[in-house]
This record gives sequence, structure tokens and C-alpha cells, in this order.
Amino acid sequence: MEFPTHSSPHTGRPNRVDKVMLQVVLALIPGTLALVFYFGYGVLVNLLLAIGSAVAFEALVIKLRKRPVTPVLMDLSAVVTAMLFAVAIPPLLPWWMVVLGMAFGIIMVKQMYGGLGYNPFNPAMAAYVLLLISYPVEMTAWLPPAALAEHHVSLREVVLFKFTGTLPDDYTLDAITMATPLDVMRTNLDLNMMISEIRTNPLWGDFGGLGWEWVGNWFLMGGIWMVYKRTITWQIPLAFLAGLVGMATLFWLFDSESFPFPLFHLFSGGAILGAFFIATDPVTACTTRMGQLIYGATIGILVYVIRTWGGYPDAVAFAVLLMNMAAPTIDYYTRPRTYGHGEMKS
Amino acid sequence: MIGKPPHPGPGNRDSSMSDNSTRTLIMDGLWHNNQALVALLGLCPLLAVSNTAINGLGLGLATTAVLVASNSTVSLIRNFVRPEVRLPVFVMVIASFVTAIELGMNAYFHELHKILGIFIPLIVTNCTIIGRAEAFASKNNLWRSLVDGLSVGIGFTLVLIVLGGFRELIGQGTLFDQAHLMFGEAASGMTLKIEDFPGMLIAILPPGAFIGLGLLIMVKNLIDKRLAERRAASSSYVEEATGVTG
Repeated sequence: MEFPTHSSPHTGRPNRVDKVMLQVVLALIPGTLALVFYFGYGVLVNLLLAIGSAVAFEALVIKLRKRPVTPVLMDLSAVVTAMLFAVAIPPLLPWWMVVLGMAFGIIMVKQMYGGLGYNPFNPAMAAYVLLLISYPVEMTAWLPPAALAEHHVSLREVVLFKFTGTLPDDYTLDAITMATPLDVMRTNLDLNMMISEIRTNPLWGDFGGLGWEWVGNWFLMGGIWMVYKRTITWQIPLAFLAGLVGMATLFWLFDSESFPFPLFHLFSGGAILGAFFIATDPVTACTTRMGQLIYGATIGILVYVIRTWGGYPDAVAFAVLLMNMAAPTIDYYTRPRTYGHGEMKS
Repeated sequence: MIGKPPHPGPGNRDSSMSDNSTRTLIMDGLWHNNQALVALLGLCPLLAVSNTAINGLGLGLATTAVLVASNSTVSLIRNFVRPEVRLPVFVMVIASFVTAIELGMNAYFHELHKILGIFIPLIVTNCTIIGRAEAFASKNNLWRSLVDGLSVGIGFTLVLIVLGGFRELIGQGTLFDQAHLMFGEAASGMTLKIEDFPGMLIAILPPGAFIGLGLLIMVKNLIDKRLAERRAASSSYVEEATGVTG
């Protein structure tokens, strides 16, 4: 066996953008497959639509900016944005909303600020929030997980509904769709029901909603793999989840009948996806280690606050966008001391 | 009178009231130094009230009226106000006109007044008005101040209308919605509506104002750039031509 000796420096090769992005894409696959398994082909159609339109818009803007198109498209960042967006939106969202979201995310949020590396906000989450604010009804109409569905929507029916708005015969939209577990929890709590009462609904699994918690688990696997591969640092996800669970535990201990237990928050909505894939976006997150801890924890706390007392059911997108705004300031105040400069600690 | 401030600048030479300088004033107010798109002044009412074109028009006209009146008055009293107290005096002048306009709108455009609400009294705090009083009217004669007030006000109004029209068109698929508030019942036919338009609620909400204003500034910069390129191209053409003949 040959053991070649390389000349110094003996450091690893720095990660390249396309390599990092490819790792994110691979890490997203298990969770995405779980989504398809539980919520049907709509997720797949969303994924194709989002990736197609994101790449097309990116190419269009790069062309307008008179830059070489292929290298920018090859860095896969548009694909990652599209995938994150596609797994966040409901499976039955009309096709033009998907395209609109990607147009906003890629053109306005990413390229208008100068493209990858310059955008202060996470494009996928900005696109999601744009749609959530503009079309709240469509954006909260999720399909029930497969185990609970009265009617399994076939691929043909999904495509038909997304592109023409026709429903499978004998069904209304309300019969097919269902509120997300977070939404159910929140509306029932508003009706002054107790948690134990709400939990009698067949919608619930062991921790969060039936189906949802497993999607969360698969995303968690991808996320841990990314931490292991050093694609992302552990600081942001850990601090995010600690902030969320910490807040949830505090209020749950205070009154366990009006505040859901911590694991519910962990495995509902976009918490896991947000912690590992969205908050860790290297462009819009903090870069110092200390800053990442503050940034992640604040997002976790904000998620809990907005979920519990805010106006929208899930809060990951809002919390991430808010902290995107704060990230440069946090970085400024947490800069590590340069070796040989500044005050010595005695 | 002690300490009467000298008034430099072209404004004091009454004979210089040529067409050219008036045209420059108008072009500055409407385009080159547009208070909303270039100076970015008065953004609070601009962003808050521009959710429909008619609201924008109402607030824009009110602002223009105040601007013309305050600019003229400040210009007339500019030689009698000591510099130490000029700002309080200007603010008092502006506030009196705003009060008059507010009462007038309440009487004649009551519905519109109810919609615009707090933003009519808040015209007092519009930086554009005190800005023009301090930077222009206090140094220029009546005619120039009046022209400046009118062109700056109309420039501001146009931005309000365009932004308002853009926002209501994207947001709810209408144009000149509630036109009767401004022009009476006869004008309700002015309202255009796109049928079956789903609308993008965000355009009506505050973020839409920021995004819309950003896009307007982008369009203005783009037009300016194109104009500059064309001018450069034509002047170099002239130079070449003269070079050949010379």
C-alpha cells in the first residue's frame, strides 16, 4: 500500500460552495421522501416546480446581469433554496403560487442584493412568508397524513388540482385538506380546551402530529449527518432546539394543561427542519461561534413566543427572518479577539 | 435691524427670473431632486398612506397645498426672522397651514379625511416641508419659493399616486378604488377592477410599501442611467462630427 506524503500545509481542503450545497441536498432527501410518503405526490410536484422555476429565474437574472450563467447555476444554491421552500409549503398549493414564491425568493431576495453570499435574508423563508401573508388560506390547507386520510389523492388528481383547480369528484377542498397539528393545537387552545382533551383527537402521534413527527425524525437524521460532515456547525441547531425546548419546558411546568409539552414543539411544524437546514444557512446566519449560539437560541425562543402568542400557527420562517436582520449586529459584538491584539485577560 | 442675514445665491437677484432657472426648479422638484425618490424625505406618510391611488392623491394634494403656502410665507418673512428662532417660526407657520387644510378636508372631503386620519395632522412633521422652508424658501424670493413648493409637492404627489396605484393593483386588482371620495359620486365609474384577480395581500400591507418604493427608485435610477448613456452617446457623436469638420 502506498502512503504518499504531501508537502505542507497539511490542512484539509476548504469546502467548495457546490460541494456544501450538494451535501445539503443529500441531507434533505430522507426527510423529503418521508414527506412524500406521508403527504402524497403533491410534495413531489412542488419540488419539481420549485426547482425548475428557481433555476430558470436564477438563469434569467444572471443573464440580465451579464454574468456567466453556468458556473452560478452549478453551485446548486438555487436548488437548495427551492428544496427548502418546497418542503415547507402545503402539497396542494396552486402551481402559480409556487412559481411566484420562487420568483420573489430568487429575484428580489437573493439576486437583487447581489446573489449568493450577499443576501441578508434567507430566500426560501422570505418566499414562504410572502405567500403566507398574501394567501393565508391556501398556505394553511395541508393534506392529512396518509393514515388519517379519507381519500388518498392520486398523482393525477394532485396535478389536476394544482394546475386547473378541479377537485376529485364528490369531494370539497375542506374534506381533503386538514389543518396542521400546530394549527389544531392553537385553535383548540383558543377555545379554552385542555391539552388532555385536545390530545384525544386521532390526529396525534407520540409527540407531535401523526406522520409529522416522523418527517421531523428523518430531517433530524439528515441534519445530524451534516453536523458530522461539518457542513454545518453544531452551535446553531443545538442552541435553536435548546431555546425552543427550554421555553416550552418552562411554561409546561408552569401549567401543563394550557401549554403543550416540549416534545410537541420539537416535532411539530418546521422546528427540526428550521434548526438544521434553515437557520444554518451560511450566508444569512451568524459566523462567530459565540454569535451562532446567541443567534440559534434567540430563534428558538422566538419560535416558541410566536407559536404561542402570535398570529400565525408556525413561526420558524418569521423567527429566522427576524434574526437574519440581527445577525450582522450579533457578529459585530461577538468578534473573537485577534491573537496579539486587544486587551489581555489577566 | 441688527444682524440681518445676507442672502447669497441667485435667488436674491430678482432680475434672474429667467425661464431657464424656473424650468430647472420645476425639473428638480419633479425629477432630479424628487423628495420621495432621491431625497427619501417624508417617507412616513408616503409608506403609510399609499395603499390606494386615491389615498395617495388626497394626501399628496394636501401636502402640496401646505408646501406652497408655507414656502411662500417663509419666503415673505425671511428677512424679518432672526436666524436663532427661525425653526420654531417655520414650524408654527407650517402648523397653522396644516390645521387650516385639515379643517378644510374635514369639511369638504369628510370620508377621505376619515381614511387618511392621523396622517393629515402629521403633515406638520413631514421632513420635506420643513426641509424646503429651511433649505430653499428662507433664502429665495417669493416667486422661486412658490414654484419650488409647487413642483416639489407635485413630485411628491406623483410618487404617492404611482406607488398607491401599483399597490392596489397588485394587492386587490383595482385602480382608483373609492374614487368617489375625492371626486364625488360621478367619479365612481373611474374605478377599474380586474375580475377574478386573487390579489397579493402583501402589497397592501406595510412590506408592500417598502418593496414598492424600492422598485420605484430602481426604475428611476434605470431611466436616469439610460438618459445619461444616450446623452453621452450623442455628445461623443457631436464631438466626433466637429472633430471631422475641424
